[in-house]
Amino acid sequence: MYDTQVTERAVDSKKIKFQCRNVQVYYGSTHAIKDVNVDIEDKTVTAFIGPSGCGKSTFLRCLNRMNDTIDSCRVEGDINLDGKNIYDHDVDPVQLRAKVGMVFQKPNPFPKSIYDNVAYGPKIHGMARNKAELDEIVEKSLRRAALWDEVKDRLDTPGTGLSGGQQQRLCIARAVATAPEVLLMDEPCSALDPIATAQVEELIDELKQRYSVVIVTHSMQQAARVSQRTAFFHLGDLVEFDDTDTIFTNPHDPRTESYISGRIG
Amino acid sequence: MSVALLFGLVIVLACVGYLIGRYRAIASVGGDMRGLHSLPSFYGWHVFLFTTVPSLLFLALWLLAQPLVLERSLSEFFPSDRFDSPTERTLLLADVRRVAEGLDKAVDQGILTESRAVSLRTEFGSVRDRLAEAGVALGSDVTPEVLRAAQDYRKRSAAGAVIRTALTLLIAGAGFAFSIYATGPALRARSRVETVILVLLALASTVAILTTVGIVLSMLSESLRFFSMYPWQDFFFGLTWSPNFRGNSELGLLPLLWGTLYISLVAMIVAVPLGLFTAIYLAEYAGPRTRSVVKPMIEVIAGIPTVVFGLFALVTVGPFLRDAFAEPLGLGSSASSVMTAGIVIGILNIPFVSSLSDDIINAVPQAMRDGSYGLGATKSETVRQVLLPAALPGIVGAILLAGSRAIGETMIVTMGAGAAARLDLNPFEAMTTITVKIVSQLTGDTEFDSPETLVAFALGMTLFVITLGLNILALAIVRRYREQYE
Ligand SMILES: Nc1ncnc2c1ncn2[C@@H]1O[C@H](COP(=O)(O)OP(=O)(O)OP(=O)(O)O)[C@@H](O)[C@H]1O
Ligand SMILES: [Mg+2]
Repeated sequence: MYDTQVTERAVDSKKIKFQCRNVQVYYGSTHAIKDVNVDIEDKTVTAFIGPSGCGKSTFLRCLNRMNDTIDSCRVEGDINLDGKNIYDHDVDPVQLRAKVGMVFQKPNPFPKSIYDNVAYGPKIHGMARNKAELDEIVEKSLRRAALWDEVKDRLDTPGTGLSGGQQQRLCIARAVATAPEVLLMDEPCSALDPIATAQVEELIDELKQRYSVVIVTHSMQQAARVSQRTAFFHLGDLVEFDDTDTIFTNPHDPRTESYISGRIG
Repeated sequence: MSVALLFGLVIVLACVGYLIGRYRAIASVGGDMRGLHSLPSFYGWHVFLFTTVPSLLFLALWLLAQPLVLERSLSEFFPSDRFDSPTERTLLLADVRRVAEGLDKAVDQGILTESRAVSLRTEFGSVRDRLAEAGVALGSDVTPEVLRAAQDYRKRSAAGAVIRTALTLLIAGAGFAFSIYATGPALRARSRVETVILVLLALASTVAILTTVGIVLSMLSESLRFFSMYPWQDFFFGLTWSPNFRGNSELGLLPLLWGTLYISLVAMIVAVPLGLFTAIYLAEYAGPRTRSVVKPMIEVIAGIPTVVFGLFALVTVGPFLRDAFAEPLGLGSSASSVMTAGIVIGILNIPFVSSLSDDIINAVPQAMRDGSYGLGATKSETVRQVLLPAALPGIVGAILLAGSRAIGETMIVTMGAGAAARLDLNPFEAMTTITVKIVSQLTGDTEFDSPETLVAFALGMTLFVITLGLNILALAIVRRYREQYE
């Protein structure tokens, strides 16, 4: 039955963006990710779900080599982006991260103005030729993150002065502004009210037209609403990875079933 | 009763009070602690603090006040013209105190009886010899007035000691009794203890403030005396510094101020970039192993005595700068120079800037770095655009601290820049600073009330105002920055 689904999917096969094979992650001697194989498709939203501490953030951070900044962290296995192993020596993590953007679990705006927060990436990567273009990028990004109306009159006030939910949307705008090919979002809505959540989900839907989005979430409903593919992690193992519909209606593994019906986690 | 004994007695009383307070609290609810407002030990502490704090504070105040009061009362023994001149009064009082101490010792050792000590007169033989027997050496023989004053001083301090003991014990006893009487289930011992602790902490902080105020006031009074002898315009705007102990000095501040600022500027030009770059390297680029070796090694610099740095300036840096730059460039042939002292002070200050800035950069949350790296920024972009702005207030503080150290440095300037006060732009010329001149005006056998000596206080005051200004500036910068980013 599993096989048939693979072939079914192969029919409307989209380009594979990330191909991960036998990925292991260690923090010192803790084995945080155990032998994970995942394919993340282009123009698709992939959701990572699983109980707290199962390694969702850890795996997400492997995809743009953010784990490099943690001294004790070691990554093994192959992670290919467009067929190129991102852990190869000739890959520049800085360029990789420009292509694979990230929104973190906790909002972390810079102690700069709202405008400068959003303009940070575009400025670094030379995406705007002049101030007008930069203004346009900033406005567009803030609109897409559903924050423009709230902040358009105070773009020069500090980003750290916004509310928690606004800060998170600012971080989303900041990530979107660099026009990444893949956007990794670690629980982007955990600090947002239902309205802002709906707006961010709308944004994810829109991004999906052009980019690939990976989202970690603790909300089953959100995973079901926004994603096409869902991966269920448990204690560092990838238990099940399938079409979202299948995961939520007809899971194969008993652990997946217990989790989505609320019995573990 | 000696002060130490008195102190011990109060503490013992307080400890007994602790036990009684605790016991009474437990007894008052029949052993059921839930009926008490606070834990039993708080009732104990309540008694302890009420016994010790007021009585010991009183004791401390008394000990501070007694000598002042006694000294004032000695004026009747001396002609008023001698007692009114501050220099002479200090000498007289020192004499009186030494003689009084000598008499105390002689009585202790049985050389004099108490009644002899009281009735002793210079007319009946040398007091000096008697005191020498007791091991108290006096420079000259004791004059009748001093002896009379010393005897009076002894009498009064003895009386003072009795009153002191009685009052201290009375206050301790009153606190003890009052707090034990108040002990009961409804007494909010915990909140009272909290209040007392608050007051104690606040008092501790006032000590530092009062000391500063005291320093400023004493400097100010001496400075005012200086300005009463020397016109302030000539001091603040004078272009020549040539003190002359036979009078007719020219005491112009400007050459010294110029030397101070010039040398500090050179020092900061050396210390700030090097220190800051070191800090950035250590905080962001170096691995944990490099860091654990390099950081302590840099901090060793801070532990080297400045006189050693002075030697380094004198024998190594000075001659090198002269041979390599000053002479070939035709800028003079002096080994002592602004450059020499400035560079060496700068090196001395590197660890201050680097160590403080390193801690501050490290304190910027990891999430800031993650955010920046996650957008594809390189390390140096992250440092420049995120970490340094976030750490700026602290770094400004570190730099200003190093600045005040550079301004206050004395030894390296003496050995590296010389002692010649000069107004010159040439950095390879010998110059000198305010601090060096403060030292040289006060050392040597000079009267304490000539303008040549008192100018040291005016110079000190100027230095104080400069560093105060620097600090206020730092606070203003930090505050403006905070408003912008918080
Ligand atoms: N920096 C680190 N150093 C050491 N261990 C870590 C580190 N970060 C995470 N871990 C460990 O790795 C495991 C996976 O953590 P991770 O943050 O990926 O969980 P998560 O699935 O994102 O959880 P949550 O839903 O609570 O965010 C946990 O056991 C955690 O303790
Ligand atoms: Mg997580």
